[in-house]
Amino acid sequence: MTTLTMKVNGKTRTGDAEGRTLLVQFLRDELELTGTHVGCDTSQCGACVVHVNGKPVKSCTMFANEADGAEIVTIEGQAAEDGTLTAVQQAFQDHHGLQCGFCTPGMVMSATALLKENPKPTEADIRHYLEGNICRCTGYHNIIKAIYAASGQDVSSIAAE
Amino acid sequence: MYNFEFVKPGSVAEAVAALKDEEAQPLSGGQTLIPTMKQRLNMPGTLVSLTGIPELVGVSADGGTLTIGGATTHAQVAAEATAYPALAALAGNIGDPAVRNRGTIGGSLANNDPAACYPSAALASGATIVTNVREIAADDYFQGMFTTALDEGEIITGVKFPTPEKANYQKFEQPASRFALTGVFVAKYADGVRVAVTGASEEGVFRWTEAEAALSSNFSADAVDGLTASADGLIGDLHGTPEYRANLIKVLTKRAVAAAA
Repeated sequence: MTTLTMKVNGKTRTGDAEGRTLLVQFLRDELELTGTHVGCDTSQCGACVVHVNGKPVKSCTMFANEADGAEIVTIEGQAAEDGTLTAVQQAFQDHHGLQCGFCTPGMVMSATALLKENPKPTEADIRHYLEGNICRCTGYHNIIKAIYAASGQDVSSIAAE
Repeated sequence: MYNFEFVKPGSVAEAVAALKDEEAQPLSGGQTLIPTMKQRLNMPGTLVSLTGIPELVGVSADGGTLTIGGATTHAQVAAEATAYPALAALAGNIGDPAVRNRGTIGGSLANNDPAACYPSAALASGATIVTNVREIAADDYFQGMFTTALDEGEIITGVKFPTPEKANYQKFEQPASRFALTGVFVAKYADGVRVAVTGASEEGVFRWTEAEAALSSNFSADAVDGLTASADGLIGDLHGTPEYRANLIKVLTKRAVAAAA
């Protein structure tokens, strides 16, 4: 066991990890931040996406030890203390960008990273960026709409039937 | 997965020392190794992380050569390899954004997955693989599926790409894995054209020399019209027959030349 320290959602957190402990296990089991989900555990589905030093990564395919000393942001770090949602979260609610919600933490973290890199993405940009995030409920249309709306663009131009 | 000891050296020298242990293996971005370990197909006693070594990271262009550190992520290559746009485009289309933020060029070349993108760029560019002990020409480096010239404990510290006059990479994606069902990298240099094919052969990446000869005398998509890529030794699986992949090689070569020219 090694004791790891990282800044998670702005707070310094420490916990113990084995060599094989994945970052997602450390977040969920050790730090009890269970908002980050494990869908496939094979780096296909993207439900486990968190930001490590500002960049989205699949936390099921990174060892916790690799994140020692890093800055981590998870879905729990999105909404304000008083519960006010971020623009991306609010848009997912407004445009019904989720059904069961299992993929949503990863979708929100990927979408947030996209809008930081590319504040006015096209519909094609959004679809391309979400290649590594799988949703089995929505058929993606409303997720795309939500992210487009969160970027401040008029969603009527891409409104799905 | 089985447990192991995790070591994170801060220099290449420390990493090389840690890898002297027979049970030790290097860990780069881990985007292939970690899934393999989860399936218990690989069980190192010690993993030596290469991602905390500053001297292994970076992209620099100098006098017609682009040098990329072994532990540089695909995302960084996509953003910074502006001296070699076809290579930057290739890096920016590997996997998905989250994978590109972890996976590294050295890891990809060391693994030599027969469907990976980077081997085709290295072979088509006549790149030089630089390790902690020597320099290896790409033509000598790739030795078959998942097999390279690297010795045990040898680390890729960087890759040197001669920048071409024109180049393009065409990947026909396997839509679930986003690996190349077949991919073709065409690079045109003053002394000739090189064409490297990934995803298609049971022996891993290879050069299509007939196309190289035709394109060296006439760099146009039409130059490939009269050629047929052989289906011998190509991969046949549920995604495509050897003949299907052979046809893809020709089609993708033509597309790459058209896009580069």
